Amino acid sequence: MTDLALEKTATGTVRRLSPAPFGIGVLLIVAYGVPPLVASEYLFDAILTPFLALALAGLGLNILTGYAGQVSLGSSAFMAVGAYAAYNLALRLPGLPFLLDILLAGLVAAAVGLLFGLPSLRLRGFYLAVSTLAAQFFVQWVFNKVGWFSNDSPSGIVTVPPLSVAGLPLDSSAGRYLFALGVVTAVTLAVWRLVESPTGRALVALRDHETAARVIGIPVLRVKLLAFAVSSFIIGVAGVLWAFAYLRTVEPAGFNLDRSFQILFIVIIGGLASLRGAFLGAALIVVFPLLLARLGEALLGGLFDSGVLEMSQRIVLGLLIITFLIAEPAGLTALLDRAWNRICGRFRRAG
Amino acid sequence: MSRPNTRPLSLKTLSLKTALLGAAALLPAAAQADEQYFPLQSYRVGPYAAGGTGFFGGFIDYLTLVNNRDGGVNGVKLTWDECETQYEVERGVECYKRQKNRPGVAAWNPLSVGIAYAMIDDVGRDKVPLITVNHGRTDSTDGRVFKYVFPLLLNPYSESSGIVNYIGAREGGLEKLKGKKIVVLYHGSPYGKETIPIYQLLAEKYGFSVEQVEVPHPGNEQQSQWLSIRRTKPDYVVLRGWGVMNPVALKTAQKVGFPADRIIGNVWSNSEEDVIPAGDAAKGYTAITTQASGADYPVLQEIAKTVYGAGKGNLDDKKRIGSVYHNLGIVNGILNVEAVRIAQDKFGKRTLTGDEVRWGFEHLRLDPKRVEALGAKGLFHSINVSVANHEGEGRVTFQQWDGAKWKVVSDWIAPDWALLRPIIEKSSLAYAAEHGIQVRDPAAEDASN
Repeated sequence: MTDLALEKTATGTVRRLSPAPFGIGVLLIVAYGVPPLVASEYLFDAILTPFLALALAGLGLNILTGYAGQVSLGSSAFMAVGAYAAYNLALRLPGLPFLLDILLAGLVAAAVGLLFGLPSLRLRGFYLAVSTLAAQFFVQWVFNKVGWFSNDSPSGIVTVPPLSVAGLPLDSSAGRYLFALGVVTAVTLAVWRLVESPTGRALVALRDHETAARVIGIPVLRVKLLAFAVSSFIIGVAGVLWAFAYLRTVEPAGFNLDRSFQILFIVIIGGLASLRGAFLGAALIVVFPLLLARLGEALLGGLFDSGVLEMSQRIVLGLLIITFLIAEPAGLTALLDRAWNRICGRFRRAG
Repeated sequence: MSRPNTRPLSLKTLSLKTALLGAAALLPAAAQADEQYFPLQSYRVGPYAAGGTGFFGGFIDYLTLVNNRDGGVNGVKLTWDECETQYEVERGVECYKRQKNRPGVAAWNPLSVGIAYAMIDDVGRDKVPLITVNHGRTDSTDGRVFKYVFPLLLNPYSESSGIVNYIGAREGGLEKLKGKKIVVLYHGSPYGKETIPIYQLLAEKYGFSVEQVEVPHPGNEQQSQWLSIRRTKPDYVVLRGWGVMNPVALKTAQKVGFPADRIIGNVWSNSEEDVIPAGDAAKGYTAITTQASGADYPVLQEIAKTVYGAGKGNLDDKKRIGSVYHNLGIVNGILNVEAVRIAQDKFGKRTLTGDEVRWGFEHLRLDPKRVEALGAKGLFHSINVSVANHEGEGRVTFQQWDGAKWKVVSDWIAPDWALLRPIIEKSSLAYAAEHGIQVRDPAAEDASN
């Protein structure tokens, strides 16, 4: 975002091109105002709400991986912790306001994240990735093994109570979307403040050179654990949205390693260390396969069965991701920035 | 630095895209009056593709047969389309939201517990039945609470009871179970653990001892479990497996010297795909089923002759005609079509609403005579669904693998429904209280209909 704010023009004068605040304002107005008026249930429940939940998870992972440089493969475990914590809190503390429930669930996820972040004090890179993989398997195993977490439901799948905030029922598709949007907006603003603060810069310093960061007086251990805690908190909140606003059921198998990879890909494809990256990446991961599926079905649905179509879609999606990353290894954010700069450049020449 | 040469290209792709999207949007509009639509959330890709291709293949084959032979149900043509889920809940939800927009939805048949759970709220709101044949949420058997959910033929509890009844019959009577030892080898997943309390209950009732051993997912290593089974020396091992766990169990049993004919498989361990990879080790292995396998039943003969003969069959491999999953799909097709037919008798021979088809399922009574008339005598026994009982008293039978095919080795056995009903009601009433659902009064509903 910073490299976008300042742009040197050909004439040598420095002109402020700051699309961010204006653009974000428009985006928020559109996001809050337009879908409730025009969107169908399909758009809410199949596209927008899962997009928001995954984008938030991507945002959480981006703090840890993008900003602080700690690779994690345990994201969906923290989502599961958040989802199950929120479910159990709602179940066992009836009358607990839902916003408080989310907050507490996030804190539980943060505590678990802190625990699994401890190895990061000694481990780096691939070794850390492997140790966060342990979180992934351990958490899933615990939720499978201990019936208490799913209220001894015989099939292990639990249905969450209907969503309502302060007595206001938000159980409709639009209601759940708006709720998710509200949470995502609030968390994103908080994260934005965080990464612009000295702590945010400490995270980046840690990523760029751990020893150098230590030398200039950054408390490396504390910052690392903070990154794990904040990241897990956000991912846990994303898990709550996933369970309460999107699927409305929770099962351990839904939070498997595939989901962790999905979140990691969101961050990598979207752009590391950028707030927009998580949203762009999530948009690509959620929306693109659906578009592809619909196109494939419309074009070739009569010729092949759904299995063949599915396989070819995977191939196309894989090729496109590879192409994107070759075109711009820094992710969609960088790609977008370049496009934006080119458009602006053209404008200026024209004017 | 303008690039005029790129602009026409991008415009062209753009217009192409719009055209394609337009075509996609037009599709639902193609549905006409007097069609009954079956949205299929199928899975032909992913770890469970063997079950998905067989089941949905059989379902589609039967719908095709009804269309070709009878011109639909009383002239109402049956239509369907498939949406790939890969057995994943999110994809299943996406499919639901997409497919439900097409008019004339008869019923949903996801064949996945996870997807079914995620749909329970929505089918209640949209008033369309959700069919989970042979599986699903056990307490949805109580139709007084789960108005739109139908675990037809068999729920996991009835399955356990059916297996114990079969073992009793083999021993010469349920009283002979006293003092026997049974090991349940279960898949380490919510599905696998679901019946633990039921086997405990049955063990207390009949006086056998039960030991339940977990095999962690996916189950491709079971040496230690089978060594401990060899030490325990049980009279029977019940295999409650899934996927690769099943052939590995049979092979490991052979290695430790446990006889295959003392292993009884459950409903997800009963297919050709479960035994063929085990080769010789599977010979003599017996498994429960609600629908016998084989292609000798008249309805299957007809499908083979008229559907596959005309090149319209859904299975790629014709050898799978009459396999366990294919036949389950056909039985599921029969149940769905007959529910539509029964509902048409009441509401008129036209495209029905989901709620009307729900009424059809709640009055789905096929006695053995009607089953025979449908060409399915011996394929499945009968079904008797009511407002209170959405499972419908399905009978089970047992098949033994002879190394090449399944052979029926038992009569049609009835699970002990009376024993299980109180547990089911306890759970369903708790769900009703939690979700503020008004429990229906079957007597009043029958009177008003």
